[in-house]
Amino acid sequence: MTDVVDIKDLHVTFATDSGPVRAVDGVSLAVKQGEVLAVVGESGSGKTVTARTILGLLPETATIKGAVVLSSKDGKAEGDIVTMSGSELRKVRGRDAAMVFQEPSTALNPVFPVGWQIAEGLRARGKYSKAEIREKVLDVMRRVGIPDPETRIDHYPHQFSGGQKQRIVIAQALVLDPGVIVADEPTTALDVTVQAEILDLLRRCRDEFGAAVVLITHNMGVVADLADRVAVMYQGNLVEQADVRTLFSAPREPYTQQLLAAVPRIGEGLERAHERAARRPEGWEDQKPAVEAKDLRIVYPGRFRQPDFVAVDGVDLSIKPGEVLGLVGESGSGKTTIGRAMAGLTKVSGGSLEVLGVEMNGMKEKQFKPVRRRIGFVFQDPATSFNPLLTIAQCVAEPLIVHGKAGDAGEARGRVNELLEAVQLPTSFGDRYPHELSGGQRQRASLARSLALEPELLIADEPTSALDVSVQAKVLDLFDELHRELGFAALFISHDLAVVDMLADRIVVLHRGKVAEEGTGDQVLGNPQQPYTQRLLASLPVPDPVAQAERRAQWEELRAAGE
Amino acid sequence: MTTAPATAPRRSLWARLPIVSQLRSSVGLQRGMLIAGLVLAAIFLLTALFAPVLAPYGFAQLREGDELFGATQPPSAEHLFGTTVGGYDVLSRLIWGARTAFFVIVIAVTASLVVGVLLGLVSGYFGGWLDRVLVVVADALYSFPSLLLAIVLAIVISGGQSGMWSGIFSAALSITVIFVPQYFRVIRAEVVRIKAEAFVESARVIGSSHWRIMVRHVLRNSTRTLPLILTLNASEAILTLAGLGFLGFGIDPTAAAEWGYDLNRAVADVASGIWWTAVFPGAAIVLVVLGLTLVGESLNDLADPRLRKRAAGAEPVEDLGVELPADAPAGDDEAAAASSTTASSGPDDGPDAGPTTKEGAL
Repeated sequence: MTDVVDIKDLHVTFATDSGPVRAVDGVSLAVKQGEVLAVVGESGSGKTVTARTILGLLPETATIKGAVVLSSKDGKAEGDIVTMSGSELRKVRGRDAAMVFQEPSTALNPVFPVGWQIAEGLRARGKYSKAEIREKVLDVMRRVGIPDPETRIDHYPHQFSGGQKQRIVIAQALVLDPGVIVADEPTTALDVTVQAEILDLLRRCRDEFGAAVVLITHNMGVVADLADRVAVMYQGNLVEQADVRTLFSAPREPYTQQLLAAVPRIGEGLERAHERAARRPEGWEDQKPAVEAKDLRIVYPGRFRQPDFVAVDGVDLSIKPGEVLGLVGESGSGKTTIGRAMAGLTKVSGGSLEVLGVEMNGMKEKQFKPVRRRIGFVFQDPATSFNPLLTIAQCVAEPLIVHGKAGDAGEARGRVNELLEAVQLPTSFGDRYPHELSGGQRQRASLARSLALEPELLIADEPTSALDVSVQAKVLDLFDELHRELGFAALFISHDLAVVDMLADRIVVLHRGKVAEEGTGDQVLGNPQQPYTQRLLASLPVPDPVAQAERRAQWEELRAAGE
Repeated sequence: MTTAPATAPRRSLWARLPIVSQLRSSVGLQRGMLIAGLVLAAIFLLTALFAPVLAPYGFAQLREGDELFGATQPPSAEHLFGTTVGGYDVLSRLIWGARTAFFVIVIAVTASLVVGVLLGLVSGYFGGWLDRVLVVVADALYSFPSLLLAIVLAIVISGGQSGMWSGIFSAALSITVIFVPQYFRVIRAEVVRIKAEAFVESARVIGSSHWRIMVRHVLRNSTRTLPLILTLNASEAILTLAGLGFLGFGIDPTAAAEWGYDLNRAVADVASGIWWTAVFPGAAIVLVVLGLTLVGESLNDLADPRLRKRAAGAEPVEDLGVELPADAPAGDDEAAAASSTTASSGPDDGPDAGPTTKEGAL
């Protein structure tokens, strides 16, 4: 088979304010016709830069060295992207290589109908009549699985769901029948159940359209599900390249081994949960819960005559002291809203939510203030949850100062150092500014801040979803360790079942503001009763190509049954 | 210069100061603009500061000993820039005028800064009806021609003509009223944005008071654009002051020197060939405004990473010639890239770069 893309000794350097940065350092890669090559690596590994070079989509500040030879699908034309001029590049883009972006909601222009946008590539070629263009667009929309394309062709992006938008972005890439599609984290912004469908579509891009797919991802489950071959990148270098089964069963390089070991797998957390359950004293079950929600309703009022949005609709749940409750759900299920309501950031509209003995429905800030010191909150994005102008020590000292445990940051420094040590950060990091820490380090500091007042309740809102897998594993271990030592009750919110499974004693699955299923990890993940939970579990790709092939078959069955 | 050792992880305080940090990060034409602006501004500041030393005569001085200077004398050894129709020394009034302009800028900018930032902070942070009312008022102020507003205020504050300090204050405060809405809107927009950031929410979860959140977390993060508006407003303040003086609502010539007043008095001279009374104050206004605007505009460009030019990468010699020269005009990069690739035997091509690029030519 011929190579559609042949990258030879690629070097990419970016000019930045602090001098040149090497993003890609001597990578050689080939993509064969009709194969799915997954490029995996953590953030900063240069995987996106490498893939974007295939389309010549690097910013002005980049300096490229090496060769990226792109061949057309029929093998008649080939050219080196690195030396191409702007007009040559335009000819090649779309015809030979196309791109699928990470965020479907920003990749589509909101003021044009989707059909028009899909046709953009055809129009740019200028050799089709209007009727032909429409015919082609309808055909490609049908093939990517948009129901009723004849009416949908004139709809605007906001009238489609996230998954459908991503289908349209893929249709945009497919309409010119390119030899290779570069998919940059195509499913990261999507929910698991939607992700499974998009992965299925990408597989069909290979099988039905005969396109090679360069899949950039950090999710090993996605790799196992879709890829034929895997290239592992680390700090701008290609670490390992192998067939997908070989890579997962016998990784050669230590880095790949570490990467694979860090991926959370369902079932790993059961032991820990059993162990914790065994340690609990008798009568624990009868304690007054730290948090109790009864028929909780949270409504966001609609604006300009739009109907109100019911985010949480009659949820019952309780967290006993010292218990970790995992709250799982897809986007829009209301999981974050529940967490925010517990911290007093969102108003409760109906029912009852009792947090550490205070009723949150109709709560006054004055009543709640003394309770705040008993609650810790870890935010999703460690990049924005720190004031960029304060040092880490000052940030961690904030709760101590606000609650009068210390006069200023200097006075609190002793306690801050203790906390930093507890989250395994060197105390010298206290003098750094947030942007000088990596994501994982920042999230540790965030944990330190939330634990500063020794809270009885910790609310963690997707604390690891912005982190790389290896970093995520470390942060989760740390969380578990701290929980064992300090014994706080915790609400752990996540969209990732495997992550929740590692930490939670009990799991609540939310679906559209309602509780779909509730139970221990054994019950919910081992033997789910509700069809929604079953679908959720089956959609989650496991990082093992052999097992994933079986699961995929299972998922297809479930999907067929559901339709 | 007290720069930190190159190995230090963080830049020294000196290097992080506004303007200094921008100067260090600038390149090429932008650096030239910034330096030219800074030089002009520095000359203006030094003149204002050392006016009593630099000026050969007082701003209201009419005679040397018993002898009058005489009206509209051409430039000479005694009067380098000549004398005005009122018999004042042009150079002296020019130098003293810098002082007046400086005072007006400082007072106007400080007052509008304090008022505008405070209102913007409160309005953006709390929102609600107060916010709506303040925004409407700010919009209403925008709809007045600014000079008209300044004239009305000058009349209200000082009844038109006045002495030095009352004149300076009336000019400064009338400028303040025009500027407050600008600061208000900028700060309010930033505050509304920052208010939604996770670190502000985290402060709320901790239980910080509103005042503490506003000052410690919100305000300090929303002042990034201020140095820019500050410099641009300073130049606008000079123009407004000169405009007021020119229209006769400025400061009495015996109380302080003021360029706008001098220009006003020079109107009749121009027709009769007496150029020196108008050119010098006019040039002073133009140069100070130009200097401050250059500083402001360069700060604006440098604050935006998309507009900021960077020094080219450290290894241009071995490149394939695709890379642009650092000061190529933005916008036609594709044409530039095209021309540099078609002529692939460019002068700075490394000897090892050629062969790999050829095989794809169709």
